[in-house]
Amino acid sequence: MSLGQKLACAILVLVLGASAAANWLAPAGYAKQYREATDAPPSHTHWLGTDELGRDRFARVLYGTRISLLLAPAAALFSTLMAAFIGGLAGYLGGGWARIAMAVTDLFLSLPWLFLLITARALMPLNVSPLVSVLVTFLLLGLLGWTTAARVLCSTAAALRTSDFVRQARAAGLTRQRLFWMHVVPNLKPVLYAQFWISIPVFILSEANLGILGLGVAEPMPSWGSLVKELEGLISIGEEPWKFVPVILLALVVTSFQFLLSKHEEVPA
Amino acid sequence: MKRKSEEMKSLFGRKIAIAIICLGFVLGQASAQTGGELRFCLRTEPKTFNPLKVEDDASGAIRYLTGGVLVRVNRQTQDLEPELAMSWKVSKDGRQISFHLRSGILFSDGTPFTAADVAYTVQQLMDPALHSPTGDAFRSGTGSVETKVISPTQISIKFPAQVAGLDRLFDQVAILSQHSPKKEMAVLGPFMVADYKAGSTVLLTRNPNYWKTDEQGRKLPYLDSIQLDIQPNRDVEMLRFKRGELDLINSLDSEYFDKLAATSPQLVHDAGASLDSEQLWFNQVSKSPIPAFKKTWFHSANFRRAISGAINRDDLSRVVFHGHAQPAVGPFSPANRFWFNARLKPQSYSPDAALKALQSEGFRMENGTLKDKDGNAVVFSIITNAGNKYRERMAVLIQDDLQKIGIHVNVVTLDFPSLIERMTQSFDYEAILLGLTNVDLDPNGEMNVWLSSSENHQWNPQEKSPETPWEAEIDRLMKLQASSNDAGKRKEAFDRVQEIVVEQEPFIFLVNKNALSAVSTAVHGASPVILSPQTYWNAERLTVSAK
Repeated sequence: MSLGQKLACAILVLVLGASAAANWLAPAGYAKQYREATDAPPSHTHWLGTDELGRDRFARVLYGTRISLLLAPAAALFSTLMAAFIGGLAGYLGGGWARIAMAVTDLFLSLPWLFLLITARALMPLNVSPLVSVLVTFLLLGLLGWTTAARVLCSTAAALRTSDFVRQARAAGLTRQRLFWMHVVPNLKPVLYAQFWISIPVFILSEANLGILGLGVAEPMPSWGSLVKELEGLISIGEEPWKFVPVILLALVVTSFQFLLSKHEEVPA
Repeated sequence: MKRKSEEMKSLFGRKIAIAIICLGFVLGQASAQTGGELRFCLRTEPKTFNPLKVEDDASGAIRYLTGGVLVRVNRQTQDLEPELAMSWKVSKDGRQISFHLRSGILFSDGTPFTAADVAYTVQQLMDPALHSPTGDAFRSGTGSVETKVISPTQISIKFPAQVAGLDRLFDQVAILSQHSPKKEMAVLGPFMVADYKAGSTVLLTRNPNYWKTDEQGRKLPYLDSIQLDIQPNRDVEMLRFKRGELDLINSLDSEYFDKLAATSPQLVHDAGASLDSEQLWFNQVSKSPIPAFKKTWFHSANFRRAISGAINRDDLSRVVFHGHAQPAVGPFSPANRFWFNARLKPQSYSPDAALKALQSEGFRMENGTLKDKDGNAVVFSIITNAGNKYRERMAVLIQDDLQKIGIHVNVVTLDFPSLIERMTQSFDYEAILLGLTNVDLDPNGEMNVWLSSSENHQWNPQEKSPETPWEAEIDRLMKLQASSNDAGKRKEAFDRVQEIVVEQEPFIFLVNKNALSAVSTAVHGASPVILSPQTYWNAERLTVSAK
């Protein structure tokens, strides 16, 4: 592990640790409104000041980090598994199966996913709690985010299907099912890992984009998206620099994930 | 002797000072009136230059600056004043209006203006094939409009049915030339369209044939030109204003207002409460797909009043709009000087009273959650349009306020088309938070909201017959005021409508936003008001000094 990767690891551990300790570090919670101290600058009571409704920004950053960092990997895992199932199996089976699976993948890729998310959100029942809304948001991200990974996995699995060792195993009499689980899946693992790590920052940014549009995680629950939205209308960087903390945190975490990912990329597929 | 000399010196000094002041004033006037260009932004592309087809703000701005009208609502006094018509008379039955026009007036291309042009404009306006949004306000009954040109300066217009507030409606009707080859580009207003670059700018230049003069007999307008830059991004608009590239911002958000006020307080203007309101309403549509027990809550006036009383409107004004909004009293803002019912007082914030009122209806608190008499927890959703941060913030404050009386609110932001679909088609919603932009001072402009049969009767649209006695009474009063030409009787009827609305709270009116604007110190003569267009309503008398 390089120095950069160690540093990335330390940042992620620190961020995860702080967000896990949010209840202890910010006991007032993310929804408490201090209406007499709205949009306040940092002070000893509010370390990162308050937002426009008087809510403690430090608490919202901690809780928002917890939500984004817990659910983005979950959505990434879900989408990677879907990609493995659709892309990996299609590549392994080949022929008509692969053509059908890739046609579906192409169809999904050609859809304007942001529009789809907005539509899907609009069709959801209205009376859902913020927790359910956040789960649904990331579930939707996971459901729509498997396509690129599926194409990669399909081509990798197709290459494996025609490789010498698979041919030899087939000639030795292994069943298709056993061949798939014993020889193909283990060789797909590095690609799956890479796709998983790539998806995490993508989903974090997607949720941030949805948050900027006013969709996604419902109020009063915070997320990085809703926190980044605060920067709307900020005219100069030097005006209220503490408002940039969520963006800096987002950039740090995404960069840290990328650093960690670079290790996995070195593993031959 | 010495004393006399000193007195003479003093007198001489005073004379010099007066002379300098006078010279300065004259020079100032002269330099202010030597032309100049006013620059500001339109937030969207104008959809049309035909004044009769205007339905968007950008086209409306151009119509205001270029169109000549028979009468004009003075944006400052809210009174109706003569323009191209020197006088006018509305018949007792409210169906006919006669105008006596000014003579010797020319369109911008030199075509003479006569009563025939007014007749032509009215026929165009009422032509169903044109689908004129301005014309819709005049459509009160079936049948055609009769225009009778009595002389080049006299015309009488007869409508098939009574049109309430008939004369004020002509404020929006820019007169077209019947004979000009330039069609709608021949105008009678102070400016005319000289150049248009799609997506970029609209350049208006002084109309050389504009008929008005100032008190000293000088021709108006003072400005040489107005450049309207098409700029949808408010951040860019603000930056350009701060850099001195723009002379005014007609409508400012409260956040931008405060930011600008912090550095340049002399540039910002808060004209006070505007006509616009923000309101919340519950779904009272009988066929809506929401649970029956929720329909029972929403149909209860006591429930609606309790919710209204539990909302802290002062905090909405102070926190969300930074003090640049006033707690709303009722359907009309106090800014509407004539029609506002001054007997109405703002709803006081009292969560305790609200809870008591709910308890008297059978609701009870259980472990911090309010439940109805059948044990259903009081939970509902408020939807608002995504991207409107002020409404989103209001919804979150209301969510917090109602939590204090055990009501759990889910705030949902939807894209606008989805929201409208739920509001007008599927009726699949519980409560909506939206605003009402009011451009018309007269209550007839809101007939489509208050009549129970109307499409925009949003809490329960298109009722076949009024479903409640109070809606029937509002229908009766609105029709009564619309059918009368007696301003006093109309006011009396509409005052009662306002009282019923405040008693029943089909709309829970929250705040009236202030009219905020910014005007550069280079602009002289600006006096921002609450009516649109707030900053350039007197464009013909504005001047811009050299930057």
